[in-house]
Amino acid sequence: MRYAETGFNLEIDLTRGSIERVATDPRLTALHLGGQGTAARILWDRVGPDVDPFSPDNHLIFSTGILHGTPVPGANRTSVDTFSPQTGRYSHSVFGGFFGPELKHAGYDKIVVRGKSPDLVYLWIHNDKVEIRDATHFRGKGALETAALIKEELRENEAQVAAVGLAAENRVFMATIEHANSSASRGVGVIMGDKKLKAIAVRGTNDVNIAHPAELFEKSAGMYQKIYDNPDCGDLMAHEDDEEFHVNNFAWGNARDRNKGFWNEEREHEWTELSNRVRMRWTGCYNCPKDCHQAISYPGRQPYFQKCYSKLTYAMAAYEELDFNYNILGVTQEYGLDGFSTPQVLAFGVELYDAGILTDEDLPDFPADGAGRFFYLVDKIVRREGVGDALANGVYHAARQIGKGAEAFDHNTMKKFEQVPLKLGMVNYPYFLMYATGEKMNITQIEGSFPQVAIADLEERKEFVKGWEAAPERFKKWFMEWEPRTHPSIEEAVHICDWNETMHYVDDAVGTCAFLSSFTGQWAGRAPYHIHNLPEFVSLAVGMDLDSDGLWEIAARNRNLIRAINVRRGLRRSDEKPPEDHWKKREPEAEQKLLDEYYAFKGWTNDGIPTKEKLDSLSLEYVSEDFIRRGILPGSEETAPAEPVAVSAE
Amino acid sequence: MTEAKGTTAVVEKRIVKEIKVDLDKCIGCRACEMACSAFHSKPRFSITNPARSRIRVVIDELNDVYVPIRAGDYTPAECTGRHKYTINGKEYNECSFCGVSCPSRDFFLEPDSGLPLKCDMCEEDPTLDEPWCVKVCRCDCLTYYEREEEVEVEEEKRGEMELGLESLMSKYGADKVLDAIARLSSKS
Repeated sequence: MRYAETGFNLEIDLTRGSIERVATDPRLTALHLGGQGTAARILWDRVGPDVDPFSPDNHLIFSTGILHGTPVPGANRTSVDTFSPQTGRYSHSVFGGFFGPELKHAGYDKIVVRGKSPDLVYLWIHNDKVEIRDATHFRGKGALETAALIKEELRENEAQVAAVGLAAENRVFMATIEHANSSASRGVGVIMGDKKLKAIAVRGTNDVNIAHPAELFEKSAGMYQKIYDNPDCGDLMAHEDDEEFHVNNFAWGNARDRNKGFWNEEREHEWTELSNRVRMRWTGCYNCPKDCHQAISYPGRQPYFQKCYSKLTYAMAAYEELDFNYNILGVTQEYGLDGFSTPQVLAFGVELYDAGILTDEDLPDFPADGAGRFFYLVDKIVRREGVGDALANGVYHAARQIGKGAEAFDHNTMKKFEQVPLKLGMVNYPYFLMYATGEKMNITQIEGSFPQVAIADLEERKEFVKGWEAAPERFKKWFMEWEPRTHPSIEEAVHICDWNETMHYVDDAVGTCAFLSSFTGQWAGRAPYHIHNLPEFVSLAVGMDLDSDGLWEIAARNRNLIRAINVRRGLRRSDEKPPEDHWKKREPEAEQKLLDEYYAFKGWTNDGIPTKEKLDSLSLEYVSEDFIRRGILPGSEETAPAEPVAVSAE
Repeated sequence: MTEAKGTTAVVEKRIVKEIKVDLDKCIGCRACEMACSAFHSKPRFSITNPARSRIRVVIDELNDVYVPIRAGDYTPAECTGRHKYTINGKEYNECSFCGVSCPSRDFFLEPDSGLPLKCDMCEEDPTLDEPWCVKVCRCDCLTYYEREEEVEVEEEKRGEMELGLESLMSKYGADKVLDAIARLSSKS
């Protein structure tokens, strides 16, 4: 009997139209838990480094976390893993809502999609009944609109639907997958569109077996109040009307300038009033008492959900007001566009026009105002019309396709991917490492456990550390000694980066929301879930004997496997460069030293490649063997491929 | 025939358990479904599966519909369910979403057997301070309260035979049962 997981994946080949229910190896659960971890193993095994992301051989994997479908509150984020045409490398996203738990109740831990359908289809999973159905009548329909139409068509209001909009259908690199109040961003939608998979609808009514159900339920029941009462978890900023932090500190336009002085009381009043007017409701995800997502009804637009920082990204990129942001989200959410990267692509287009690189010939009837220009460009991009065809490939590729000096305007991408629009003063050691070495493309998916700033008052610092259950001991000492406006030491920076990213690898295998753990300790050190209490939840659910060290090791294994996937696709130290102007004052020597130390600490070569010793210690021998075979790691005598042994014929 | 007959109705005060629903506060998390299914699984808390829940949040995201509906009493005519809803700040006593048959009936079928499920307010000995759906609803969409009600109760307990005959009559109709009794009597 398998506990907390179903033990089955759904394998869909869209080229052949085949559907298989495949039993999975329980040893992989012990090694990787689930979610992103077990998905990485499938990608390593089946999608080689030569597979083009747009090839039918690329896989698109929807994974439940190991705690989905258990009573543990806030375990609802579904992991989506594939290869990105934008970066050429591993692409990962997570989305909240209800999809993962529903999938597990339907009897599957994952949906593994390969191949490519000849025309638009959707997948209907109803427990044991799974169908690939025609979706050509949904062509061009919005993402949430499609979900509603599918539920109507299936007469199944309780189905959970993940769907793509026009952007993915036209293989726009910034395309998302939309589900209920959540979105999978960071470039996974483009592969769903490329495979001509318009949507996946799931309805599950089966039980999920739990190893120690009563104990787990009791432990989980205690978490509702804890999470609800904790003011330092959930999406804190979503509920704030005082946007001073964002508008003052984040860069406007194409990650260009700070706009200090923009924020004032009058504006706060106006913006608050507007938000209250357009908000229908605050909503939450499956089995979580936090309400992090706004349901928005903007005049003339279909209702949509606003989450995270997308409340301001379009407004700031276009130098517009909040009203414009709510307005354009009504369009971009239905097209299915990433609220982080898309505004930067649009602002980049506007900059090129202002610089004369794009002309009226490229952009006929281009409006004069910021808002008008953004609406104009969004339409060109999702239809891949004219210059929109280049812009649809993201800033990095568009700059090179457009040429004429456009490359100089590509200043905020790293590893070919748009980064958060932050331009700061002095290089920050832990942040340098997190940006440089992260595999998850966006800093929000890497940072989050260790505080961003030191506390000046010693008593306050002590108070902070006293209740800091989430932190391994060494960090308490370092935080106590950390004086404001000083760098943590290189050693400390390495550990901070390590802890921060490790917690995200934990969440993305367990299925817990980052707003309850990996992203949320950095403000007050009071994350409800952390490395010290998650092992018990997992142990009770799965029936394995897991402690903090064990969970950390699983996260490290997943982190190294994903590193290896990218290394096999060419990732090296030379790629690990945050945008040049991310900080005004850089310390090139210290930065290189940081990389040296981080790689050494991780057990990687000085070029960022996990060593054989490291890989083997994490039971990733098959990776080190592959690296040696490919010449990525040097082979030693013991590990050189053995001569074939001659077999005597009788 | 010595079994007691006839019942005399007397008025008695009784505590009626109610759950008030404030639709404006529902965030659609469905924790109520999860907890309900856990409590009603056998053994207790052995299974969590919203499909087995006696409360469902009916959600229509695009129309801002978030309505927790409980598996109330079945009534052939008008609804006497204990639902109390708040919509846009206004309180509606009992459910007045419809005038005829309860739309929630279809939702509440045990997925394996197809048998109907019914909310029992988490009856337990010792009594819980509030039902589980309310316990986990931290946004206060569901709140539990008790009210006193005067009800007519049957003073005397009815015998087994009378109860048996009543159910036979409700199944086959009084005429058929009387016919059968007459037939059997004449034989003996």
